[in-house]
Amino acid sequence: MRRWQERGIMGVLNGATLFSVFITLAILWVLGAETTNFFAQDEVTVGEFFGTTQWNPLLGSEKHFGIWSLVCGTFLVAGVALLVAVPLGLITAIYLSEYAHPKVRSILKPALEVLAGIPTVVYGFFALTLLTPALKVFSEGFGSFNALAAGIAVGILILPIITSLSEDALRVVPQSLRDGSSGLGATRFDTSFKVVFPAALSGITSAVILAAARAIGETMIVALAAGSTPKVTADVRDEIQTMTGFMVQMALGDVSNYGVEYYSMYAVAAMLFVLTLCFTLLGTWIRKRYREEYE
Amino acid sequence: MKPPPREAQILAPVSRPSAEESQDSALETAIQLKDFDAWYGDFQALHSINLAMPKKRITSFIGPSGCGKSTLLRWINRMNDTIAGARATGTLEIHGKDALGPKVDVVGLRQQVGIVFQKPNPFPKSIFDNVAYGVRLHLKTSKAELQEIVEWSLQKAGLWEEVKDRLNKSALGLSGGQQQRLCIARAIAVGPEVLLMDEPCSALDPRSTAAIEDLMLELRKSYTIAIVTHNMQQAARVSDFTAYMYLGTLVEFGATEDVFKRPRHTETEDYITGRFG
Amino acid sequence: MSPREKPALLSDKKLLQERRRPMSQRHRKDMIFRGICRGVSGMSASLLVILLVTILTEGIGTLSTQFLSSSPDPDPLIAGMFPAIMGSVWLLVLTMAIALPLGISAAIVLEEYRPKGSGLRKIHGFVQLNITNLSGVPSVVFGILGLTVFASMFGLFGNEGNPSAEVGVSFVDQFYNEGDFVLEVPVSAASQPEAVPIAGMRVFDPAGKAYELNLVGDDAEWPEDSALAKRSLRSWDVPGRIKDRRWWYFRLPFGRGILAGALTLMLVILPIIIISTQEALRAVPSSLRDASLGLGATQWQTVRRITLPAALPGILTGAIIAMSRAIGEAAPLLMIAGIVFITRAPGNLMDDFTAMPLQIYNWAGRPQKEFHDLAASGIIVLLTALLLFNAVAVFLRQKYSKPLS
Repeated sequence: MRRWQERGIMGVLNGATLFSVFITLAILWVLGAETTNFFAQDEVTVGEFFGTTQWNPLLGSEKHFGIWSLVCGTFLVAGVALLVAVPLGLITAIYLSEYAHPKVRSILKPALEVLAGIPTVVYGFFALTLLTPALKVFSEGFGSFNALAAGIAVGILILPIITSLSEDALRVVPQSLRDGSSGLGATRFDTSFKVVFPAALSGITSAVILAAARAIGETMIVALAAGSTPKVTADVRDEIQTMTGFMVQMALGDVSNYGVEYYSMYAVAAMLFVLTLCFTLLGTWIRKRYREEYE
Repeated sequence: MKPPPREAQILAPVSRPSAEESQDSALETAIQLKDFDAWYGDFQALHSINLAMPKKRITSFIGPSGCGKSTLLRWINRMNDTIAGARATGTLEIHGKDALGPKVDVVGLRQQVGIVFQKPNPFPKSIFDNVAYGVRLHLKTSKAELQEIVEWSLQKAGLWEEVKDRLNKSALGLSGGQQQRLCIARAIAVGPEVLLMDEPCSALDPRSTAAIEDLMLELRKSYTIAIVTHNMQQAARVSDFTAYMYLGTLVEFGATEDVFKRPRHTETEDYITGRFG
Repeated sequence: MSPREKPALLSDKKLLQERRRPMSQRHRKDMIFRGICRGVSGMSASLLVILLVTILTEGIGTLSTQFLSSSPDPDPLIAGMFPAIMGSVWLLVLTMAIALPLGISAAIVLEEYRPKGSGLRKIHGFVQLNITNLSGVPSVVFGILGLTVFASMFGLFGNEGNPSAEVGVSFVDQFYNEGDFVLEVPVSAASQPEAVPIAGMRVFDPAGKAYELNLVGDDAEWPEDSALAKRSLRSWDVPGRIKDRRWWYFRLPFGRGILAGALTLMLVILPIIIISTQEALRAVPSSLRDASLGLGATQWQTVRRITLPAALPGILTGAIIAMSRAIGEAAPLLMIAGIVFITRAPGNLMDDFTAMPLQIYNWAGRPQKEFHDLAASGIIVLLTALLLFNAVAVFLRQKYSKPLS
């Protein structure tokens, strides 16, 4: 009797576990099938999708499906975000792990947790109504929607991720290495930068990669602040569109449930999924290898 | 039952410094402690320690676990500064200069007083970079000068022959004993006058231990050495002077031969003969 | 080979002094970096303060009980977010009700039933990696998955307007009479022909009260008496057919309703719940498990009576973090629900909905300053909810953070 009960419970539990695998399969299947549908349409070819830079699926008589303008917008925003978040995040991580008095830590850590818990739509609001007007004061060239404000806001969003993952990596470095260094007459600065930081480098790299994946997939901030004009540009004052931004635009517009525009949403989602998957896999792999070094 | 004669058991004939040398009365003092008290928070770890460690001699600190010997050692180059709540009062002088006051530059002090820890802790860098690490911190050198110092330090630590062909390989690939000698080379490369060793052999096998002990006797020619050890035979074999500590106090201090053969306190005798500890 | 001489640099005191890096300079570097650290931390902290202060000053003016209890409106002066708040409450309850059992079960399998055989271990490792990857999938991708799988169900069951299966729906033919009163006649099925007014038939007012129909002759005067007028119709009056959904209304496909939204949010927070529950279970000392197993308890008894209770505070903390994520998540909901004009709380699982982050997005995206103020008010409400969640999490952590080993 007991055994049957136990078996039944195991069945339920295993079912729940397999559900997570099922989700992944569903993502692969849905994106794969609909992307195939997309390329099966007359208006688009694989060559155009990967080979051209004009993205214009909705307006005008001639539709264009060159993914690179969306990819470029995505990387522009993510690049700005990393430029903001990597230096600030790493400095904060070193400060927390090597310098800060426990009292400072006990204030700073929760503050970062609060930052991490703020919904992204709030950061989007912040970028649109506070950052952009502030940027316009500095330069006339900024549009009401621009890549820089969105990028900075995404940077603030991923700052806590970089900080806490890097701090974890720094803290795993054995205390004996710090003792060895200060025993040789190193200042705390010397020890932090010449011993602890290099020893934690792979963990920090993985933190940055995982944060980059988050920046690429971020949606609400760019939907609010970056605009909806896909183009290949490096000018952060310009209005651009990211892959996620395009998907939101499609979801809001009343597009029929078929047709090439509709399927293009899946093709973009597939591209986004593949990109973030690569980043996540790489980040996790580096992190795992690094953990093995010290544990 | 009467134990066998202690002398024979402990003072095995090894190549230790001759008795006359260590009994030289005109020894200069390298490290001087007067009424030295130390705390961790509210806990007093050391009680009024008075001690003068002679220059270019090996002084060993023995005593049961928690007696404060490691604490004392780590105060000499102020490693305890990194521990929150650790503080000390009294006099600590190295070569006649105050090493405890607020004006002391701890970083400079640690260059003068090197330390080797219980567990070998090479940096995850190449062998060369491990030894060059401290030198680069303190000195502006040419490449050739740096190479010279690294080679000399490794020779001094008796490691040169073993590693000269793989200086650019990671130090983590060395054996435990080699790593510990690398840590010694790393310490002497910055040109210290005093070397502190905190149970340097307790994580090593007997062969590596013998190599380190030989090395200590060699280094004794140029450095003042203080060593904390749990191993009574080791203290007897290598040290010129021995300090026995118990519960944060210095019970007995004197020439090693005297402390081991004619201890003045019964606690010391009990500990040495293994009735306690 | 003969040992080298001590290098000149180390033996020649004068040379040594010359080459020594000045201590003051090295200390200065240390101090400068410390200053930079403090500056950066100060900046991060002040950023948080600026963000909160801006939102407070912009939003506090329009925050009122009226704002909380009224519907969105094209006129910013009377607009509120009641439907959005109710939508978020529905979503949160549904999402957690689905995600918690699933997530905790999966975590128990992954943590407590680690397989021994090498083949099974590989599967175990694969599932674990799969969960890590799911946690890195952008939420907007889950949105598109939810849209396809839950909302339209691959188009297998027709579409929302013409679902292939539905329960909990009733049809009513509704008349407007000349006195502007509403009269309803229940209909058994959608296929039934429209009701024709017949004298003496049972009709209902919108409150559900039954009357006997008074048919007013074609040429007769419309009755003066309001009680009579209330239950009167002309023979030529034609009804409109109304679909009346009960609270347990259910259909396939789910459509862009609140259940599809909740299921999609569940996909987003499931990896978070699994990972945090695993961490909580891992923190339970194995000596407790061994003791239980040693007394002859089965694996499941050990999990249920020992491990799960011991890990409960950690699991709850993780659940609250997941809830915080769910309540603020906008992108996947946007894919499911879009921005629709909703004026009431959801009435059933298939109902169209809006949620707090969606309403905030809607207002923030408009050009007028008045709507930005409303967005800020909405953010204050959202952040207050988050603050409450976190307070509960802190309380739980403190109350149950007794060491177990």
